[in-house]
Amino acid sequence: MEFKFTEENLQKINSVLTKYPTKKAAVMPVLYIAQEQNGWISLEVMKEVASILEISQEDVLGVVTFYTMYHQKPMGKYHIQVCTNVSCMLRGAYPLYDKVREKLGINNGGVTEDHQFSLEEVECMGSCGTAPMIAVNEDFYENLTVEKAEEILESFKNKN
Amino acid sequence: MERIVLPEIENLHLIDVYVQNQGYTAVKKAYSQTPDEVIDQVKKSGLRGRGGAAFSAGLKWSFMPKTTNKPKYLCINGDESEPGSFKDRQIFEYNPHQLIEGILITCYAIGAKVAYIYIRGEYHKWIKLMQKAVDDAYAAGYIGEKMKDNFGSDFSCDIYIHKGAGAYICGEESSLMNSLEGQRGYPRIKPPFPAQNGLWGCPTTINNVETITNVPPIINKGWEWFSKIGEPKHPGTILYGISGHVNKPGVYELPSGTLLTDLIYKYAGGVPGNKKVLCVIPGGSSMPPIRGDQIEGVKMDAESLKLVGSAIGTAGVMVMDEDTDLVKVLARISKFYHHESCGQCTPCREGTGWLEKILNRLVRGEGTSDDLDLLISVATNIEGNTICALGEAAAWPVRFMVTRFRDYFEERVKKNISLPVANKVHSMRETAIPLADVSK
Repeated sequence: MEFKFTEENLQKINSVLTKYPTKKAAVMPVLYIAQEQNGWISLEVMKEVASILEISQEDVLGVVTFYTMYHQKPMGKYHIQVCTNVSCMLRGAYPLYDKVREKLGINNGGVTEDHQFSLEEVECMGSCGTAPMIAVNEDFYENLTVEKAEEILESFKNKN
Repeated sequence: MERIVLPEIENLHLIDVYVQNQGYTAVKKAYSQTPDEVIDQVKKSGLRGRGGAAFSAGLKWSFMPKTTNKPKYLCINGDESEPGSFKDRQIFEYNPHQLIEGILITCYAIGAKVAYIYIRGEYHKWIKLMQKAVDDAYAAGYIGEKMKDNFGSDFSCDIYIHKGAGAYICGEESSLMNSLEGQRGYPRIKPPFPAQNGLWGCPTTINNVETITNVPPIINKGWEWFSKIGEPKHPGTILYGISGHVNKPGVYELPSGTLLTDLIYKYAGGVPGNKKVLCVIPGGSSMPPIRGDQIEGVKMDAESLKLVGSAIGTAGVMVMDEDTDLVKVLARISKFYHHESCGQCTPCREGTGWLEKILNRLVRGEGTSDDLDLLISVATNIEGNTICALGEAAAWPVRFMVTRFRDYFEERVKKNISLPVANKVHSMRETAIPLADVSK
């Protein structure tokens, strides 16, 4: 499916370009803009980004595959991220992660059939002092217990 | 105790409140001096980098060429991805304008017209807060062309925020530059160093967020004042982030050289259930762990920690109580470094995977004593054989954990330990290896 940036996003890209001396340097912020519009980074998105920034499609692919925050497949409406790194682990992240998996019925990298939820086991998110944590899209939920995590998931289920 | 980086002032993140509290006065003072005078003061203050290597900030600035026809750049490293580190986000949230003021002074000192603040992508909220602060400072005429009128100098500079996208390695300075240039975040071979050949081939200085936030008070109150705080060889306050098995985890700003035991028991409220401490990682997960029975008298600053065979790193202190399964912890640490290895250098790309695999074998109870030697051998072969320090970051925790807790690991491998009963700290005192002996 062909991908084109909206007029509004093209303006955003123009303002991003003023921050850097080269067009190539804008590839990360432009990919974020694309992901916000499209939900994920498809091959068509990469082609369009490459053509706008006048760089090769391989360069864009190289960036997309290097950084974990660019999604190479459609994710759920609510992308659930559970940190299981040491500080969170010491405060019970694994039982919490198991509960989230059970509740959503998906594993790491999975998406629920209704496309409402996707799950990712993530590395340290910088919430070590308020561990354990989960992130739902851009928002952090910290100082969790298994019960609190369940409540949060329920609240998003009920939103649908 | 006076707090320098995170003062106890309500709503300090608001530009008006910051200005009411002598905000943006240090930059004016700095601009009335020559750049060399500014560098000299920071050098004399003894300010050392807070991002891990604890290198003298003023000395780093002085590496920037004085005469060059190329533009110069300043990068602020807010990638903060080291497990156990969560200090910079406090600055973004509670004192962003002091960081901006520090950037303005640093740009002047090194002659940079553009500064980028590289913030890890997961910090959505803190990127927005920092962007708001930058926007407010632009509107008030503290950044950009208008700053010439405000600060009575010919100098002006711009500040931009660059959002990372989930790669730990981008906290490594040369990788950060590649990432800013729009490439995969591969570390570069050094030399050339950033001050000669950095962003887009131009002279570049890269400093940590906390380091730069220390600069305005140094200029305002003088280097003598700063150099007298805490340990003389690593002066100032440090944002200690303490996490894991303590009652009150969080970020504590305290003078450098604060006792580790004070940090755990006096400030962080001790260990839940009054359990013993089995292991402490003092500076983020890549730093050599210290045995719980050897934390008495250990001071938290770069030089003191070196003496006990560890390092200050990012001052992210992880505390593990006596019921912690160290094998699982180490396996988790190795999983992380395997995941984050960029894959350029064979020893790191392959070695981190082997470490994880062997440790998972130990977790499953299928390991042998030979595996422990194998772990040390693999770790030793990664160290020093890679382009960047991720090799060391992956190898150190394994090598030091296995060496310093050898008795524990042996017992675990022989299945003599019935968790969580047998791994008591006191049972290991006799076999403990003096810490200084195992440091490189």
